[in-house]
Amino acid sequence: MKTASRLEKVLASGAFAVTSECGPPRGSDPEVIRKKGECLKGVVDAINVTDNQTSVVRMSSIASCVILKEMGFDPIVQMTTRDRNRIALQSDILGAGALGMNNILCLSGDHQRFGDHPSAKNVYDIDSIQLIQTVHRMREEGKFINGQEIKVAPKFFIGAAENPFADPFEIRVPRLAKKAGAGVDFIQTQCIYNLDKFRLWMKGVVERGLHQKVKILAGVTPMKTVGMARYMKASVPGMDVPDAIIDRLKGAAKGKVGDEGIKICVETIQQLREMEGVAGVHIMAIEWEEKVKEIAEAAGLLPRPQV
Amino acid sequence: MIIGHRKPLEEILKMLEPFDKIILAGCKGCVAVCNAGGEKEVGILASAIRLARKKDGKDIEVKEITLERQCDPEYIDQLQNVAGDHQAVLSIACGVGVQYLAERYKSTPALPGLNTDFMGGSREQGVWVERCQGCGNCVLHLTGGICPITRCSKSLLNGPCGGSSKGKCEINPDVECGWQLIIDRLKSLGLLEALYEQIMPYKDWLTSRDGGPRTITREDMRE
Repeated sequence: MKTASRLEKVLASGAFAVTSECGPPRGSDPEVIRKKGECLKGVVDAINVTDNQTSVVRMSSIASCVILKEMGFDPIVQMTTRDRNRIALQSDILGAGALGMNNILCLSGDHQRFGDHPSAKNVYDIDSIQLIQTVHRMREEGKFINGQEIKVAPKFFIGAAENPFADPFEIRVPRLAKKAGAGVDFIQTQCIYNLDKFRLWMKGVVERGLHQKVKILAGVTPMKTVGMARYMKASVPGMDVPDAIIDRLKGAAKGKVGDEGIKICVETIQQLREMEGVAGVHIMAIEWEEKVKEIAEAAGLLPRPQV
Repeated sequence: MIIGHRKPLEEILKMLEPFDKIILAGCKGCVAVCNAGGEKEVGILASAIRLARKKDGKDIEVKEITLERQCDPEYIDQLQNVAGDHQAVLSIACGVGVQYLAERYKSTPALPGLNTDFMGGSREQGVWVERCQGCGNCVLHLTGGICPITRCSKSLLNGPCGGSSKGKCEINPDVECGWQLIIDRLKSLGLLEALYEQIMPYKDWLTSRDGGPRTITREDMRE
């Protein structure tokens, strides 16, 4: 094992991994995190905590991860390069390591124009691929970006995101190769609704043998309402929601749209599980964390392996 | 060239409130080319200021002058005979011009009549676009002649991010994805395979504004 990460052990054991995500509150109440964590106990191998997702100010990812760690989880710290330069990023990586974090997800982050402080200045001193390189070099060489030695270097299991549905499609496999070259260990993908397109991307990944270097966790999000599906299709950049999904939700009986959304999600996981190269699933139930257990159960993902 | 656009008249009038005798200084450089601060715009703005002040019953004397360039001490000197007789200079050059005036005429307030926007060019009549952020360390040979620092909203050196959709940037469907442009261009040059998977190294921002205000010294040209 390269790290003390539980997720790394689960993936190394060959088990189909399950991760989920927890969005921190827009306030200082630790109970919000504890409640979300409570729903996920025994259900997942690791929980991501987002880093000011959609550029809306929220409790910090590292602080929220500490709360989850106290509950017995081995969380995944999400870190974007939007708000911090290389000095602050490396400082937070050292801090997260000192607090016992073992997993990190390296992201560029949503542009601040979407968020609640659109007049903010962004940083982008480095990008997500360079952040992967940074954490990798810290672990493997014990060095900072400037080449200086680190006393007690942090050892993180390194993740990144990939969106097979973003354009241009032709570079989406090469882009994964680039992340692999930078030293990424696992990938969590954008939510998958268009299975045909995802299959095409996975085929390219497997052809290049990238699935052997990088563990691919396929992202899924259950649809709560028809409105949510329509919004995601029309307004979330890089999201591919086929009309068939919307039609299926529309066809559900009154008061049963959410159940249909969960059913679609479970079926998607079952299909993903059959796909060569898919090492696990990342269930992002946005503000619906209490449903993750139901989804994991129905998809036959419980109990989680003890590693 | 440097692209700018005139500040709203109301904001300019507010700046001019304490004064009743000013110089309105234009520039025949970049801002004249982008129709924001040349001789013609000096005439239009001077008339608008006089008219607005007359309406308020507070007449103002506006001396119209358009200098060859406001980013050159030699031309800034041309105001020396008139600066002392006026209470302020309203410059509709770029921010460089305003500051050159402020540096040269210590006791005359220099006021900005323009907002200075970016380095770019014209795309069509009435439309100007940004092309360079002056980072001081050009990588255009590696990116098909399209600048990732300027054209990518996140200035990613290893783009595109997951927000690139149908050639457009996640911030706005009117904004082209800089990395889609780079990839299309590298492909048409037959360089995509050779260049795309090479990881672009950390950028040294010392040559950019991050290194502090910049100075270029050419020893071969110094007297």
